[in-house]
Amino acid sequence: MRSTSSEPADVDGVGPPSSPLPDTASQALKLVVVGGFGVGKTTMVRSVSEIRPLDTEETMTRAGAGVDDLQGVESKHTTTVAFDFGRITLDATSVLYLFGAPGQERFWFLWERMFVGALGAVVLIDTRRLEDSWYAIDRLEAQGTPFVVAHNDFGATAHSLEEVRSALDLDPTVPLLRCDARDRDSAKQVLISLVHHVRSLVEKGAG
Amino acid sequence: MSRSHRDEGPDRLYVITSGRSGGGADEALDSVTLIVAESAPSPGMQSEHAAILELCASPVAVVEVAAHLRLPVAVVRILLTDLIDTGRVTARHPASAPTWAHPLASPDVLEKVLVALHKL
Repeated sequence: MRSTSSEPADVDGVGPPSSPLPDTASQALKLVVVGGFGVGKTTMVRSVSEIRPLDTEETMTRAGAGVDDLQGVESKHTTTVAFDFGRITLDATSVLYLFGAPGQERFWFLWERMFVGALGAVVLIDTRRLEDSWYAIDRLEAQGTPFVVAHNDFGATAHSLEEVRSALDLDPTVPLLRCDARDRDSAKQVLISLVHHVRSLVEKGAG
Repeated sequence: MSRSHRDEGPDRLYVITSGRSGGGADEALDSVTLIVAESAPSPGMQSEHAAILELCASPVAVVEVAAHLRLPVAVVRILLTDLIDTGRVTARHPASAPTWAHPLASPDVLEKVLVALHKL
Protein backbone atom coordinates (compact mmCIF):
# COMPACT_ATOMS: atom_id res chain seq x y z
CA MET A 1 0.00 0.00 0.00
CA ARG A 2 0.93 3.60 0.10
CA SER A 3 3.88 4.96 1.94
CA THR A 4 2.22 8.35 1.89
CA SER A 5 2.41 10.15 5.19
CA SER A 6 -0.98 10.87 6.65
CA GLU A 7 0.06 13.90 8.65
CA PRO A 8 -0.61 17.37 7.29
CA ALA A 9 2.57 18.25 5.49
CA ASP A 10 2.17 21.91 4.81
CA VAL A 11 -0.06 23.44 7.41
CA ASP A 12 2.29 25.43 9.54
CA GLY A 13 4.92 26.06 6.92
CA VAL A 14 7.92 25.81 9.22
CA GLY A 15 10.00 22.99 10.55
CA PRO A 16 11.17 20.00 8.60
CA PRO A 17 8.91 18.30 6.06
CA SER A 18 6.95 15.31 7.30
CA SER A 19 8.95 12.90 5.18
CA PRO A 20 12.46 14.34 4.87
CA LEU A 21 14.89 13.29 2.18
CA PRO A 22 18.07 11.51 3.22
CA ASP A 23 20.95 13.85 4.07
CA THR A 24 22.86 12.27 1.21
CA ALA A 25 20.26 13.31 -1.41
CA SER A 26 22.16 15.24 -4.03
CA GLN A 27 20.38 14.77 -7.30
CA ALA A 28 16.77 15.61 -8.03
CA LEU A 29 15.04 14.53 -11.23
CA LYS A 30 11.66 15.50 -12.53
CA LEU A 31 8.76 14.17 -14.53
CA VAL A 32 5.77 16.19 -15.61
CA VAL A 33 2.14 15.08 -15.77
CA VAL A 34 0.33 17.49 -18.04
CA GLY A 35 -3.31 17.71 -18.95
CA GLY A 36 -6.46 19.77 -18.97
CA PHE A 37 -8.46 20.83 -15.95
CA GLY A 38 -9.97 17.96 -13.98
CA VAL A 39 -8.34 15.19 -16.00
CA GLY A 40 -6.70 13.62 -12.94
CA LYS A 41 -3.16 15.05 -12.81
CA THR A 42 -3.16 15.53 -9.06
CA THR A 43 -4.78 12.15 -8.59
CA MET A 44 -2.02 10.46 -10.55
CA VAL A 45 0.69 12.30 -8.62
CA ARG A 46 -0.97 11.37 -5.33
CA SER A 47 -1.22 7.72 -6.35
CA VAL A 48 2.53 7.29 -6.54
CA SER A 49 3.96 10.04 -4.32
CA GLU A 50 5.53 9.32 -0.94
CA ILE A 51 4.26 12.67 0.35
CA ARG A 52 0.84 14.17 0.13
CA PRO A 53 0.98 16.37 -2.97
CA LEU A 54 2.05 19.93 -2.23
CA ASP A 55 1.04 22.91 -4.25
CA THR A 56 2.70 26.18 -5.06
CA GLU A 57 2.71 28.88 -7.68
CA GLU A 58 5.09 30.25 -10.20
CA THR A 59 4.70 33.75 -11.52
CA MET A 60 6.40 35.43 -14.35
CA THR A 61 6.35 38.94 -15.68
CA ARG A 62 7.13 39.47 -19.30
CA ALA A 63 6.87 42.23 -21.79
CA GLY A 64 3.50 42.26 -23.48
CA ALA A 65 3.01 41.40 -27.11
CA GLY A 66 3.33 44.20 -29.63
CA VAL A 67 -0.39 44.60 -30.00
CA ASP A 68 -0.62 45.75 -26.40
CA ASP A 69 1.96 48.47 -26.79
CA LEU A 70 0.71 52.02 -27.01
CA GLN A 71 3.16 54.49 -28.47
CA GLY A 72 6.18 52.63 -27.25
CA VAL A 73 5.01 52.31 -23.66
CA GLU A 74 6.15 48.94 -22.50
CA SER A 75 3.34 46.85 -21.17
CA LYS A 76 3.91 43.93 -18.88
CA HIS A 77 1.79 40.96 -17.97
CA THR A 78 2.17 38.87 -14.89
CA THR A 79 0.90 35.36 -15.26
CA THR A 80 0.53 33.01 -12.35
CA VAL A 81 0.20 29.29 -12.64
CA ALA A 82 -0.55 26.93 -9.79
CA PHE A 83 0.83 23.44 -9.91
CA ASP A 84 1.21 20.56 -7.54
CA PHE A 85 3.87 17.98 -7.09
CA GLY A 86 4.85 14.87 -5.22
CA ARG A 87 8.05 12.91 -4.94
CA ILE A 88 9.54 9.45 -4.94
CA THR A 89 12.88 8.87 -3.24
CA LEU A 90 14.86 6.67 -5.62
CA ASP A 91 17.87 5.83 -3.48
CA ALA A 92 20.26 7.47 -1.03
CA THR A 93 21.31 10.12 -3.53
CA SER A 94 18.42 10.59 -5.93
CA VAL A 95 14.87 11.78 -5.73
CA LEU A 96 12.25 12.05 -8.46
CA TYR A 97 9.79 14.94 -8.40
CA LEU A 98 6.47 14.54 -10.19
CA PHE A 99 4.77 17.74 -11.28
CA GLY A 100 1.14 18.03 -12.26
CA ALA A 101 0.64 21.01 -14.50
CA PRO A 102 -2.08 22.53 -16.65
CA GLY A 103 -1.36 22.18 -20.33
CA GLN A 104 -3.05 25.20 -21.81
CA GLU A 105 -1.11 27.41 -24.14
CA ARG A 106 -1.12 30.43 -21.84
CA PHE A 107 0.84 28.56 -19.21
CA TRP A 108 3.53 27.13 -21.38
CA PHE A 109 6.17 29.80 -21.02
CA LEU A 110 6.11 29.18 -17.29
CA TRP A 111 6.76 25.53 -17.86
CA GLU A 112 9.81 26.24 -19.87
CA ARG A 113 11.32 27.55 -16.70
CA MET A 114 9.81 25.15 -14.21
CA PHE A 115 10.18 21.95 -16.12
CA VAL A 116 13.34 22.35 -18.13
CA GLY A 117 15.38 19.24 -17.60
CA ALA A 118 12.42 16.91 -17.07
CA LEU A 119 13.17 13.29 -17.96
CA GLY A 120 9.90 13.22 -19.82
CA ALA A 121 6.19 13.89 -19.63
CA VAL A 122 2.92 12.06 -19.28
CA VAL A 123 0.10 13.68 -21.23
CA LEU A 124 -3.02 12.69 -19.35
CA ILE A 125 -6.15 12.80 -21.49
CA ASP A 126 -9.87 12.59 -21.07
CA THR A 127 -11.71 11.65 -24.26
CA ARG A 128 -14.45 14.14 -23.44
CA ARG A 129 -11.98 16.98 -23.82
CA LEU A 130 -9.28 15.77 -26.15
CA GLU A 131 -8.68 19.28 -27.44
CA ASP A 132 -7.17 20.19 -24.06
CA SER A 133 -4.16 18.04 -24.87
CA TRP A 134 -3.44 19.10 -28.43
CA TYR A 135 -1.29 22.06 -27.52
CA ALA A 136 0.76 20.12 -24.96
CA ILE A 137 1.43 17.34 -27.46
CA ASP A 138 2.51 19.84 -30.11
CA ARG A 139 4.91 21.57 -27.75
CA LEU A 140 6.44 18.39 -26.38
CA GLU A 141 7.03 17.16 -29.92
CA ALA A 142 8.57 20.48 -30.94
CA GLN A 143 10.89 20.49 -27.91
CA GLY A 144 11.91 16.89 -28.35
CA THR A 145 10.80 16.07 -24.80
CA PRO A 146 9.92 12.37 -24.61
CA PHE A 147 6.32 11.69 -23.63
CA VAL A 148 3.63 9.06 -23.43
CA VAL A 149 -0.10 9.62 -23.62
CA ALA A 150 -2.26 8.07 -20.93
CA HIS A 151 -6.01 7.87 -21.28
CA ASN A 152 -7.47 8.22 -17.81
CA ASP A 153 -10.69 6.27 -18.22
CA PHE A 154 -11.38 5.57 -14.54
CA GLY A 155 -11.76 1.94 -15.41
CA ALA A 156 -14.54 2.48 -17.95
CA THR A 157 -13.71 1.93 -21.59
CA ALA A 158 -15.67 3.93 -24.12
CA HIS A 159 -13.16 4.37 -26.94
CA SER A 160 -10.56 2.07 -28.42
CA LEU A 161 -6.96 3.23 -28.21
CA GLU A 162 -6.88 3.23 -32.01
CA GLU A 163 -9.74 5.70 -32.04
CA VAL A 164 -7.99 7.88 -29.49
CA ARG A 165 -4.69 7.77 -31.38
CA SER A 166 -6.44 8.74 -34.56
CA ALA A 167 -8.37 11.57 -32.89
CA LEU A 168 -5.13 12.94 -31.44
CA ASP A 169 -3.27 12.44 -34.72
CA LEU A 170 -0.59 10.92 -32.54
CA ASP A 171 2.71 9.77 -33.97
CA PRO A 172 2.76 5.94 -34.08
CA THR A 173 6.01 5.86 -32.11
CA VAL A 174 4.49 7.63 -29.09
CA PRO A 175 3.18 5.11 -26.55
CA LEU A 176 -0.54 5.39 -25.78
CA LEU A 177 -2.03 3.51 -22.90
CA ARG A 178 -5.06 3.34 -20.72
CA CYS A 179 -4.90 4.03 -17.02
CA ASP A 180 -6.87 4.65 -13.90
CA ALA A 181 -5.06 7.53 -12.23
CA ARG A 182 -6.58 6.66 -8.86
CA ASP A 183 -4.89 3.29 -8.86
CA ARG A 184 -1.30 3.15 -7.65
CA ASP A 185 -0.31 0.22 -9.85
CA SER A 186 -1.95 1.74 -12.90
CA ALA A 187 -0.26 5.12 -12.36
CA LYS A 188 3.02 3.34 -11.74
CA GLN A 189 2.69 1.45 -15.04
CA VAL A 190 2.26 4.74 -16.87
CA LEU A 191 5.48 6.09 -15.39
CA ILE A 192 7.31 2.86 -16.17
CA SER A 193 6.13 2.99 -19.77
CA LEU A 194 7.43 6.56 -19.98
CA VAL A 195 10.87 5.58 -18.71
CA HIS A 196 10.96 2.60 -21.08
CA HIS A 197 10.08 4.94 -23.93
CA VAL A 198 12.84 7.39 -22.98
CA ARG A 199 15.29 4.51 -22.78
CA SER A 200 14.33 3.27 -26.23
CA LEU A 201 14.93 6.76 -27.60
CA VAL A 202 18.33 6.85 -25.90
CA GLU A 203 19.21 3.48 -27.41
CA LYS A 204 18.21 4.71 -30.84
CA GLY A 205 20.49 7.67 -30.33
CA ALA A 206 17.67 10.08 -30.90
CA GLY A 207 19.15 12.56 -28.45
CA MET B 1 4.39 31.96 8.29
CA SER B 2 1.05 30.22 8.27
CA ARG B 3 -0.54 32.94 6.21
CA SER B 4 -0.90 32.26 2.56
CA HIS B 5 0.38 34.90 0.20
CA ARG B 6 -2.87 34.38 -1.67
CA ASP B 7 -4.60 36.35 1.05
CA GLU B 8 -2.25 39.27 0.76
CA GLY B 9 -1.56 42.01 -1.67
CA PRO B 10 1.68 42.23 -3.57
CA ASP B 11 3.01 44.74 -1.04
CA ARG B 12 4.07 42.09 1.42
CA LEU B 13 5.87 40.08 -1.23
CA TYR B 14 7.63 43.26 -2.24
CA VAL B 15 8.79 43.76 1.35
CA ILE B 16 9.91 40.15 1.76
CA THR B 17 12.21 40.47 -1.22
CA SER B 18 13.26 44.05 -0.44
CA GLY B 19 11.69 45.16 -3.68
CA ARG B 20 13.52 42.75 -5.92
CA SER B 21 11.66 40.91 -8.63
CA GLY B 22 14.24 38.41 -9.77
CA GLY B 23 16.26 38.24 -12.93
CA GLY B 24 19.64 37.92 -11.24
CA ALA B 25 21.59 35.04 -9.79
CA ASP B 26 18.37 33.33 -8.68
CA GLU B 27 17.74 32.38 -12.31
CA ALA B 28 20.29 29.63 -11.80
CA LEU B 29 18.16 27.87 -9.21
CA ASP B 30 16.28 25.04 -10.83
CA SER B 31 12.86 24.16 -9.45
CA VAL B 32 14.29 20.93 -8.02
CA THR B 33 17.67 22.19 -6.85
CA LEU B 34 18.09 20.74 -3.35
CA ILE B 35 18.71 23.25 -0.59
CA VAL B 36 20.54 22.34 2.62
CA ALA B 37 20.94 24.61 5.65
CA GLU B 38 24.50 25.16 6.81
CA SER B 39 23.60 26.98 10.01
CA ALA B 40 20.77 27.48 12.45
CA PRO B 41 18.61 30.61 12.32
CA SER B 42 20.07 33.54 14.23
CA PRO B 43 18.23 36.14 16.30
CA GLY B 44 16.97 39.10 14.33
CA MET B 45 17.05 37.25 11.05
CA GLN B 46 14.24 37.92 8.58
CA SER B 47 11.51 35.44 9.47
CA GLU B 48 11.35 33.92 6.00
CA HIS B 49 15.09 33.27 6.05
CA ALA B 50 14.81 31.67 9.49
CA ALA B 51 11.92 29.49 8.29
CA ILE B 52 14.00 28.27 5.34
CA LEU B 53 16.92 27.34 7.60
CA GLU B 54 14.60 25.34 9.87
CA LEU B 55 12.93 23.64 6.94
CA CYS B 56 16.18 22.71 5.21
CA ALA B 57 17.84 20.80 8.05
CA SER B 58 17.80 17.97 5.51
CA PRO B 59 17.76 18.56 1.74
CA VAL B 60 14.59 20.18 0.38
CA ALA B 61 13.86 21.09 -3.25
CA VAL B 62 13.21 24.73 -4.18
CA VAL B 63 9.55 24.00 -5.04
CA GLU B 64 9.09 22.24 -1.74
CA VAL B 65 10.47 25.24 0.12
CA ALA B 66 7.97 27.41 -1.76
CA ALA B 67 5.06 25.10 -0.92
CA HIS B 68 5.92 24.95 2.78
CA LEU B 69 6.42 28.70 3.07
CA ARG B 70 3.33 29.37 0.94
CA LEU B 71 5.21 31.80 -1.19
CA PRO B 72 5.54 31.89 -4.99
CA VAL B 73 8.57 30.06 -6.34
CA ALA B 74 9.96 33.29 -7.80
CA VAL B 75 10.00 34.91 -4.35
CA VAL B 76 11.61 31.86 -2.78
CA ARG B 77 14.36 31.88 -5.40
CA ILE B 78 15.28 35.39 -4.31
CA LEU B 79 15.26 34.49 -0.62
CA LEU B 80 17.38 31.43 -1.30
CA THR B 81 19.86 33.43 -3.30
CA ASP B 82 20.32 35.70 -0.27
CA LEU B 83 21.07 32.68 1.89
CA ILE B 84 23.41 31.12 -0.67
CA ASP B 85 25.29 34.40 -1.00
CA THR B 86 25.84 34.54 2.74
CA GLY B 87 26.77 30.86 3.06
CA ARG B 88 23.74 30.03 5.19
CA VAL B 89 22.57 27.33 2.78
CA THR B 90 24.15 25.35 -0.01
CA ALA B 91 22.50 24.30 -3.25
CA ARG B 92 22.84 20.85 -4.78
CA HIS B 93 22.07 21.40 -8.43
CA PRO B 94 20.67 18.64 -10.64
CA ALA B 95 23.90 17.32 -12.11
CA SER B 96 23.10 15.30 -15.17
CA ALA B 97 19.68 16.67 -15.94
CA PRO B 98 18.64 16.72 -19.55
CA THR B 99 18.14 20.09 -21.20
CA TRP B 100 15.91 21.23 -24.05
CA ALA B 101 18.93 20.99 -26.32
CA HIS B 102 19.78 17.47 -25.10
CA PRO B 103 16.46 16.23 -23.84
CA LEU B 104 17.33 12.64 -23.07
CA ALA B 105 18.53 11.45 -19.70
CA SER B 106 21.52 9.16 -19.30
CA PRO B 107 20.96 5.37 -19.31
CA ASP B 108 22.25 5.12 -15.72
CA VAL B 109 19.69 7.60 -14.48
CA LEU B 110 16.88 5.88 -16.36
CA GLU B 111 17.84 2.50 -14.93
CA LYS B 112 17.81 3.93 -11.43
CA VAL B 113 14.34 5.39 -11.98
CA LEU B 114 13.01 2.11 -13.39
CA VAL B 115 14.30 0.09 -10.48
CA ALA B 116 12.70 2.46 -7.99
CA LEU B 117 9.37 2.55 -9.84
CA HIS B 118 9.18 -1.23 -9.96
CA LYS B 119 9.69 -1.29 -6.21
CA LEU B 120 6.82 1.10 -5.53
